[in-house]
Amino acid sequence: MSTIKIELRQEDVAKIKEICASFNNEPQELINVLHTCQQHFGYLPAEVQEVVSDELVVPVAKIYGVVTFYSFFTMTPKGKHPVSICMGTACYVRGAEKVLDEFKKELGLQVGETTKDGKFSLSSLRCVGACGLAPVVLVGDKTYGRVAPDDVKNILKEYEK
Amino acid sequence: METIKLTIDNKIVEVQKGTTINKAAKQLGIDIPVLCYMELHDLNIENKPAGCRICVVEVQGRRNLAPSCATKCEEGMVVKTHTTRVLNARRTVMEFILSDHPKDCLICPKSGTCELQAMAHRLGIREIPGQEIAAMSTYRKDTSPSIIRDLDKCILCRRCEMMCNDVQTVGALSAVNRGFMATVAPAFEQNLEYSTCTYCGQCVAVCPTGALTEVDHTPDVLRALVDPTKTVIVQTAPAVRAALGEEFGMVPGTLVTGKMVSALRTLGFDYVFDTDFAADLTIMEEGTELLDRLNRHLNGDKTARLPILTSCCPGWVNFFEHYFPDLKDVPSTAKSPQQMFGAIAKTYFADKIKVDRKNLVVVSIMPCLAKKYECQREEFSTDNNRDVDFSISTRELASFIKHANIDLNTLEDEEFDTPMGESTGAGVIFGTTGGVIEAAVRTAYELQTGKKLERVDFTELRGLEGVREATIDFNGLPVRIGIAHGLGNARKLLDDVRSGKSQFHAIEVMACPGGCIGGGGQPLHHGNSDIIKARVAAIYAEDKKKPLRKSHENPFIIKLYEEFLGKPNSEIAHHLLHTHYFDKKKKVIVKQ
Repeated sequence: MSTIKIELRQEDVAKIKEICASFNNEPQELINVLHTCQQHFGYLPAEVQEVVSDELVVPVAKIYGVVTFYSFFTMTPKGKHPVSICMGTACYVRGAEKVLDEFKKELGLQVGETTKDGKFSLSSLRCVGACGLAPVVLVGDKTYGRVAPDDVKNILKEYEK
Repeated sequence: METIKLTIDNKIVEVQKGTTINKAAKQLGIDIPVLCYMELHDLNIENKPAGCRICVVEVQGRRNLAPSCATKCEEGMVVKTHTTRVLNARRTVMEFILSDHPKDCLICPKSGTCELQAMAHRLGIREIPGQEIAAMSTYRKDTSPSIIRDLDKCILCRRCEMMCNDVQTVGALSAVNRGFMATVAPAFEQNLEYSTCTYCGQCVAVCPTGALTEVDHTPDVLRALVDPTKTVIVQTAPAVRAALGEEFGMVPGTLVTGKMVSALRTLGFDYVFDTDFAADLTIMEEGTELLDRLNRHLNGDKTARLPILTSCCPGWVNFFEHYFPDLKDVPSTAKSPQQMFGAIAKTYFADKIKVDRKNLVVVSIMPCLAKKYECQREEFSTDNNRDVDFSISTRELASFIKHANIDLNTLEDEEFDTPMGESTGAGVIFGTTGGVIEAAVRTAYELQTGKKLERVDFTELRGLEGVREATIDFNGLPVRIGIAHGLGNARKLLDDVRSGKSQFHAIEVMACPGGCIGGGGQPLHHGNSDIIKARVAAIYAEDKKKPLRKSHENPFIIKLYEEFLGKPNSEIAHHLLHTHYFDKKKKVIVKQ
């Protein structure tokens, strides 16, 4: 359950309406609409879902059902520097889990959470197509290869400023 | 129609194409157990997620077992319904469901009427392996003014979701999350109170387990009954008398009006009255309002809003407040019979018996869960004293009667008290779809034309079609009437009203499929629509045997207007018997 209560700005509402309209306000396009909204806002707070509900005429409970069913969708805002650890097969067998554990420890986060200051968020993903570099970590758009648990501190340090 | 032949348990059966294995088996007298599946045949309601897998059968040539509720018959199919493989699978499925279900059957509100409990018994489950491996999933309990959600007991049959979305189009409930956290909940897992829930209670009516139940007000009623400073009066809704007997083993459709009165008197109520009296009163107010709007419209008054919509049903009122607030001046302003009764009881009747309204406790027996919420609405209180103090369901009344060691079967029939126990056949038929408008027509016709109605039974307004229409000839004036039961059907008519397409003069809406007789507080039908049909028949039978069948002929209603209200829609009538509606549409807060 989300505890975040945000107020949308006029232009946010306009953007959501524009996204819905680009899919002709079709209820069947719900997942595409949500994808596009998440691309724009970084996450899907309750208020965004409520506007989508009004536009597509789909009960907001149904939308929440879809958002909580698919792990790609999130109701928590991503941090300024989103950290993703690849848990695909290649990365996994080369010790990605230990790297993930180290990030959890350093940031004090579980997967799917964001630090209180909004700086870092932690997520895991499946295969970024760079198996030769396994285990792979992404921070924002930057890719780190062959990451060992000992490297975690140094990686985070780059973003301390 | 194309037919196909297949073999089930070595017997050949011929069925229409499209028939499921489960239904084909029924034709042979083979009763394959179902759990998540539920059908109300005559009301076009079906829940078929094929999710629980209790009903699996073996189909020759198929690798996997097939869910019989959702698998269609094919020519030459060979089906076995009780092989060792089937029985083992069924047992395993049941054990899995039970491994994540609380074991507090002894004290569960659904005990005795729980379909999961019945299934465990039927399948002879004696142990539940695997519980020690994982903890049970638990959820926050949620209590609203009408409905309690205890999702630990949810088995994800999705019946409530189907009712809430497909039948009622309310959309308050949806399946959310996945895996062990999967459950059915309002948006953002907020409490029902903050959702668009109308408290129609259809989710409760179909829930097979104790996951969805009603808020029990019988302890409050008992407290009032034993308090010597309180005068406690009770009103009984029309649909209750046509269903209460079922809880005491009587055949569905048995009318227990007299026995119910007798039981209520034995329970200690000081006056046993009838909501039907208030239904007659509703007709006087609503019928007059209809004629007023109709005549103004005929005289070219553009401000006269038509169609007029009935407003007796609190689930329906909640629905249009949430979804059609722009139309909130279209429904009749007449309060529901429950609230009219309360308003008259705490003024006119309280004065008559010289009891202060604070010491007069009004209890209603309703087939409905939305009535619990309705009587708590702020506008229905004076100085923090509610017009109707407590509303209990037909089911709650049945258990209340049982607690008091009363055997309903052996009671002698008794009569309601006067003055608020007297009613006409028009009041009785309020309990079924089409009844309110038929009652209104009986009175409006005579008031409008000044002629005596030759034919009292308007069979063209009756039936179980979801949306019905009829034109009644008011001595040369055709009055077009629409009827909808089930909120999804109501939505269709409302969409037409909103777009200006509606050609009706009056529309009756009842939130529950079948009307109040199929209400969320009635004895559970367990998917048997014959029970609902039997109750409808009972209501019309009661109407038929009443000496008076038109509301305006009720001598105590006439007296009430003479002594107290003046005439329908008078100032005092408006103050006591009419209400206004609110815009409850959820709005997204936007930063300015």
